[in-house]
Amino acid sequence: MVEFPALTLMLLLPALGVVFNLFLGGHAGRALVNMVSVAVVAAAFLVGLWAFYELLTLPAGSALKTTLWSWIYVGRLKIDLGLRFDALAAVMTLVVSGVGSLIHLYSCGYMGKDSDYARFFAYMNLFTLSMLVLVLADNMLFMFIGWEGVGFCSYVLIAFWYDNAQFAYNGRKAFVVNRIGDAGFLLGIFALVASFASQGVWTLDFATMREHVGGVSPVVATVAALLLFLGATGKSAQIPLYVWLPDAMVGPTPVSALIHAATMVTAGVYMVARLGFLYQTTPAAMEAVAAIGGLTAFFAATVALAQSDIKRVLAYSTISQIGYMFLGAGVGAFGAAVFHITTHAFFKALLFLGAGSVMHALGGEQEMSRMGGLRRKLPVTHATMLVATLAITAIPGFSGFFSKDQILEAAYVSGHYWLWALAVFTAGLTGLYMFRLFFLTFYGTSRVEASRLPGLHESPAVMTVPLVILALLSLAGGWIGLPAGLLWGDRIGEFLRPIVGQAKAAPGAQALMLSAIASIAAVIGLALALVFYVAAPGLPALIAARFAALYRILRDKYYVDELYDLLVTRPLFFLADFALGRVVDSYAIEGLVDGAGAAARTGAGAVRRVETGNVQHYALTYLCGALAVLAYCLYYSIRHG
Amino acid sequence: MTPVSYYLALGAVLFGIGVAGVLIRRNLIVIFMSIEVMLNAVNLTLVALGRALGSTDGQVMVFFVMTVAAAEAAVGLAIILAAFRSRHTVNADELNLMRW
Repeated sequence: MVEFPALTLMLLLPALGVVFNLFLGGHAGRALVNMVSVAVVAAAFLVGLWAFYELLTLPAGSALKTTLWSWIYVGRLKIDLGLRFDALAAVMTLVVSGVGSLIHLYSCGYMGKDSDYARFFAYMNLFTLSMLVLVLADNMLFMFIGWEGVGFCSYVLIAFWYDNAQFAYNGRKAFVVNRIGDAGFLLGIFALVASFASQGVWTLDFATMREHVGGVSPVVATVAALLLFLGATGKSAQIPLYVWLPDAMVGPTPVSALIHAATMVTAGVYMVARLGFLYQTTPAAMEAVAAIGGLTAFFAATVALAQSDIKRVLAYSTISQIGYMFLGAGVGAFGAAVFHITTHAFFKALLFLGAGSVMHALGGEQEMSRMGGLRRKLPVTHATMLVATLAITAIPGFSGFFSKDQILEAAYVSGHYWLWALAVFTAGLTGLYMFRLFFLTFYGTSRVEASRLPGLHESPAVMTVPLVILALLSLAGGWIGLPAGLLWGDRIGEFLRPIVGQAKAAPGAQALMLSAIASIAAVIGLALALVFYVAAPGLPALIAARFAALYRILRDKYYVDELYDLLVTRPLFFLADFALGRVVDSYAIEGLVDGAGAAARTGAGAVRRVETGNVQHYALTYLCGALAVLAYCLYYSIRHG
Repeated sequence: MTPVSYYLALGAVLFGIGVAGVLIRRNLIVIFMSIEVMLNAVNLTLVALGRALGSTDGQVMVFFVMTVAAAEAAVGLAIILAAFRSRHTVNADELNLMRW
């Protein structure tokens, strides 16, 4: 542990951006707001690089740290606001601030016509601040501040265009669903506090918890791990709390890229990796994480097949990819999960920004049925999207391949054959739905509405430059995690190993075979998409008609929203409207308030009758009072001499 | 030498008569006279105690009470006169406009 006070700068810089945009943004003008907002995030990234460089000079497994101030000192419980920059935090910090600054830059172009830009950038900077708190915090409670902060920013940014009632509703939905998960997260923290306190450990910082995790009873560990995982399913959009993410796509596209693809939604995976020492003590929780991850990956991929909104497809693909990350974490390959967070941040941010570029060109169009044939008009977007699509499909050589390969290998080697098979099948589906999106958007005949054709244009440089940088990262970003023994080997895995451990590797030939199987599945998916959407464009409609029921189920997302509406939303609304609104509010609350008024009126009506206006009545009262005082004085003096 | 308790008892009785008069009688003039009885009952008590304790304080206080009583008689009678002029009555029961 080495003291490194400059870590504070990483929080201070985005915080400055928030304050500036909030209080001066309205007067400062667009150019200055753009500059400050991008500069603070980029500067935080540079500080991150500096800290990363410092960390590399230290022996493996060490950490930079600094304490902001003492926070909670209650009895023996001591919790400080401390920052900890170890290998895991380093990877996350660099991804958050690096991809974040590219997305901030892109936003300058994307939000170029929106008059509310200062509010937008204030929220974006606040998000960056919260996310950095989340990944840099050295204890559970400080992490929870960041956890809640990103949730809040997600909510306000989904509902950014709040004058649309549906958008505002979707924002609230995201917030409420996250709240369910956060309740689990809090309960998990309570369980940990109780368990550690019973061992005499009155703190929640990760290093101390790691030392004493052996003393946590298996039952408590399982319960706490599952509760925390419930929080992760909310934040990271996994079964059963994933329903908010597809609806979150109504926010501005840079928001979708930054929050709902690259960073915030991976917070759950980060949390599980950070608490890997806890999860590894409880096989039941690990199995749950792996199973939920694998199932979510498959489930979301099937839904993505039948969606027609470009951002919704990407939302389901995000859910699916995060499912892969949880699968990796659940089988013990935390390093692989974090590696996939990194590569996913590159290619998924790129996909969203590319989709945003398409929407920008088409005046906000999101329906793929009104796109098509855009590759000539949007050459840069087309090329970069191709790279990203290849990366997410995990075609060998692209970044997604290396990280997904590590996860699949770990799943197979750890004996989760069913989940492995499901994940491989899902890899095929990924190729199919991602290239469906790609071909429907950029190839085939143009279905763009005639009124939009004249305005069709490639996005300005401020938007395409981030696309190109992210494309390069999507192309090459995976090479930091080559299979062990090949060239420079698994650098990111070795870097992370002291913090998160490493999964058992497969023997060389087996690893190669596993990679080949996954790659073949991906290529089959790609080829099917090529057949369906380029070679024989009539075929998908035929298949949809042939399997109409299945198609409807997929298109309508398995009716999960409707199910939740029936099982949760309606009963709750009924409870609120009837039980609480009509009964408790009408009778108890209103009765209390009205009763207070009525009691005062009745009481006063009775008491006022003593004011008779007859001066002799007053004199009599006065006499009685005087006699009472006299009697008391007499009694007192007799009693006490 | 008459014991002081005799004077005190007489004072108390006079005071009680005054109180009863104030509370029971309805004519303002009578009530007013009853108040004078009460004041003088107190005066009697003060001089009796002053003499018993060998102090002139009691007598000094009585002079003050008599002065104030004179002023009070003037003001009180003026009020009663004003009330009679506007209401044509000096009955306390009928002067009850300030009520609930």
